[in-house]
Amino acid sequence: MRDYLKFLYRVWRLSFQGSWKFYVWMTLCSVVSLIGLNAYAKQFVDGLSTTGLVDQVAWGAYIANFTFLVGLAAAAVMLVIPAYIYRDEKMHEVVLFGEMMAIAVIVMCLLFVTVDLGHPERFLHMIPPFGKLNWPGSILSWDVIVLNGYLLLNLHIVGYLMYTKYMGRKPTRMFYVPFVFIAIIWAISIHTVTAFLYVGLPGRPFWNHAIVAPRFLASAFTAGPALLIITFQFIRKFLHYHIGDEPIFTLRKIVVVSMIINVFLLACELFAEFYSDTYHVAAAKYLYFGLHGHSALVPWIWTAVGLNFVGLVLLISPLSLRLPWLNLACALAFVGIWIEKGMGLIVPGFVPTPLGQVVEYAPTLNETLVCFGIWGFGALVYSWMLRVAVLILRGTLKAPANEPVFPPSTTILQIKQAP
Amino acid sequence: MDTNGQPKTIEEAVQPLSRRTFLKGAGMAMAGMAGLVAALKPLMQLESGQITLADLLKTHYSELTPEKYVAVVKELEDRTEKDYGKRPRISDTKPIEGVEFAYALNLSKCIGCRKCAHACLAENNQSRESDDDINMSYIRVLELNKGSINVEASDHYYEPESVPQEDKYYMPVQCHQCRESPCTKACPVQATWQEPDGVVVVDYNWCIGCRYCMAACPYDARRFNFSKPKLTADQMNPNQGYLSNRVRPVGVVEKCTFCLHRTREGKYPACLEVCPVGARVFGDITDPDSEINYILKNKRVYVLKEDVGTVPRFYYFFD
Repeated sequence: MRDYLKFLYRVWRLSFQGSWKFYVWMTLCSVVSLIGLNAYAKQFVDGLSTTGLVDQVAWGAYIANFTFLVGLAAAAVMLVIPAYIYRDEKMHEVVLFGEMMAIAVIVMCLLFVTVDLGHPERFLHMIPPFGKLNWPGSILSWDVIVLNGYLLLNLHIVGYLMYTKYMGRKPTRMFYVPFVFIAIIWAISIHTVTAFLYVGLPGRPFWNHAIVAPRFLASAFTAGPALLIITFQFIRKFLHYHIGDEPIFTLRKIVVVSMIINVFLLACELFAEFYSDTYHVAAAKYLYFGLHGHSALVPWIWTAVGLNFVGLVLLISPLSLRLPWLNLACALAFVGIWIEKGMGLIVPGFVPTPLGQVVEYAPTLNETLVCFGIWGFGALVYSWMLRVAVLILRGTLKAPANEPVFPPSTTILQIKQAP
Repeated sequence: MDTNGQPKTIEEAVQPLSRRTFLKGAGMAMAGMAGLVAALKPLMQLESGQITLADLLKTHYSELTPEKYVAVVKELEDRTEKDYGKRPRISDTKPIEGVEFAYALNLSKCIGCRKCAHACLAENNQSRESDDDINMSYIRVLELNKGSINVEASDHYYEPESVPQEDKYYMPVQCHQCRESPCTKACPVQATWQEPDGVVVVDYNWCIGCRYCMAACPYDARRFNFSKPKLTADQMNPNQGYLSNRVRPVGVVEKCTFCLHRTREGKYPACLEVCPVGARVFGDITDPDSEINYILKNKRVYVLKEDVGTVPRFYYFFD
C-alpha cells in the first residue's frame, strides 16, 4: 500500500516534468480544456438553450461525438485480439497503448453524455441504490453499465500491468488475462449497445435498421486503428520509445479490411433506402440531397463520402505500404468516419420529425467550444498516460529497491533507455 | 546532489528540486489555478438558492412519504412564488380506480383553428416568449392536403386568412398515451411511466434531461425546457398538478397528461372544452356507456402510425 502511494506520488510529480515540447503540448491541451470548461459553465447556468438543439432535434453535436468515440474506445480490441489470441509478440508490446487510448476515450464519452444532460447533478438517479436505473428495459441503462464497466476493465488491466512493471515483478496471469478476454467481448458490446440505442427506436426509420450495429463496428475498427497508426509514430518520435513498423502494418491490414466492409455496408444501406424509395427515405434524402430546400448537412456528408472514398483507394493501393501515404489515408478515413457517423448519423434521425417537420440544426459556438474542450481534455489525459507509461515501460521509473540511477546533468531527452 | 557528482533518481535527473524549479512549479500551479477559476467564472451567475443540497437529494415520486410530499410541495410552491410572483396550489389527484382514459378526435369536423393548442398553453404553464407563442404547446396542428394522409407532406406553420381552407384538412397531434409506450421504455431512470388510468407522466424532480424519450417518441409529443420557463404571473395557471402542469424547472422533459389535474376530478381536458366544433371526445374506455366507447365501436377509426406498434389511447375518426 505504501509502495503504491509512493508510486502514485512519483507518477504525479513526473507528470509535470519534461522537455519544452512536452510543456507546450500539455499547456495547449489544458488551455483548450479550460476554454471548453468555461463554455460548459455558461451552459450549466443558462441551460441547454446555449446549444443549437430544439425540441424537434433533441440530440446534436454532443451525442454525435459520443457515438463516434464509443467506436474509438471499442477499437482497442483490434490490438488485443492479435496480441492475446494470435499471440503476436510485436502487438503485445504495444497493446497497452491501445488500452490507454480506450481509457482516455471512454472518459471523453462519459463527458459528452454528461454535458448533454439537462440535469447532470442528478446523475445519482442512475446509480442504485440511490437511483432507479431502468434496467433491463432502457437501452440507455445498458449503455451506462457497459461503458463504465469497460472503463473499469481497462483501468484495471493497464494499472495492474504498469504497477507490476514498476515494482519489477512478473504480472500474475490470473490477475489480468481473464480480464483481457472479458474486455474483448465487452469492447464489442459497448459499440453494439450504443448502436441499439438508435436501432431500438421504431419511430425513427433512419436508425431502425439492423445494419447499424455491424456498420458501427466496421467503421470503429477503421477509425480506431487508423488513429493508433498515427499515435504509434508520435510515440516513437516524441517519446523516444521504440515501436517497430510491424505493429503499424498489422494495423494497416485491419484498417484496409474494415474500411472495405464499412463502405460495402454503407452501400447496402443506401441501396435499401434509395431503390425502394418509400417515404422512409426522407431522412437519407435530407442528408445526401437536402429536403424541401433544407440542406445544411449536404456539403458535410459529401465531404465525408469523398474522404472515405479517397481513403479507401489509398488504403487498398500499394501506396499505403509507405508511411506518409498510410498516414494520409488514415487521417482521411478518420475524419470521414467522424462526419458520417457523428452528425451524419444523429441529425438525420430527427429530420424530418415524425410529424414531417424539417427543422435544421447547427451547433452554436458555445456548444462547439464544449466539444473542443472535451477533445482537448481527452488528448491531455492520453498524452499524460503515454508519457508516464513510456517511463515505466523503458524501465526509467522503477520502485526504489531496484531503481536505476543516472549520471549528473542528465536531461529527459537523454534518458532513452535505463542504464 | 548533481553539484558533487552523486548519482540521482529520475526525478532529480530530470528536474532537481531547487529554488528555481520550485518557483517554476509554483508559478505553473498558480497559472493553472487562475485558469481554472477563470473558466468556472460563469457559475458566479447562479442565483443563490438556485441549486441547494435538497436539489441533489431528490426523491422519486413513488418513494415520497406523505410527510416528505408535503415538504417537497411547499418548497415547490415557495420557489414558484419567488420566481414568478404568484403562489400556485399544487395538488396530487390520484387516478380513479377502474378508469382508463381515451381520447378520440373527429377529423371530419376539425377546422384547424388551433384553439386547442392555445388552450393547452393557458392550462399547462409551458414556457412562452409571448401569448401567441405556442411552440411549447403539447398540441401541434398539421395541415394536410385532401387526398393523402402522409404527415411528411404536412404544414405546421400554415397561416391562411381563414380556416378551413377548401383543399385542406387538419389533424391535431398530441401525446397518444400509448399502451406500448416507447418513451417510458427508453427512460434510463424511470422518471416517466404509465399511470393506472393510462396517462403517461413525467416526474420533473427525477428527470435527468437526457431526452432519450424525445428521440423514442413517434408523435413528437414531448417538449424539453432548454431554459428556465418564461411565464408571467398573469399567464400562470395556479391550479397545478404535481405530475402534470406545475411550473417545470429548466432541463427537464414535459408532455401532455390529458390534463390529469382536471380529468381525474371529473372535468374535461382544456383542449376539449375549447373546441368550437366539438371534434374532440374524451372519456373512460372501461365504461360501456361512454361516448368514447360508442365511437370506437361504431365509427371509422384511424390510429396514427399504427405500424410502429405503440397501441395508442388516442384515436382519429371520420363521420
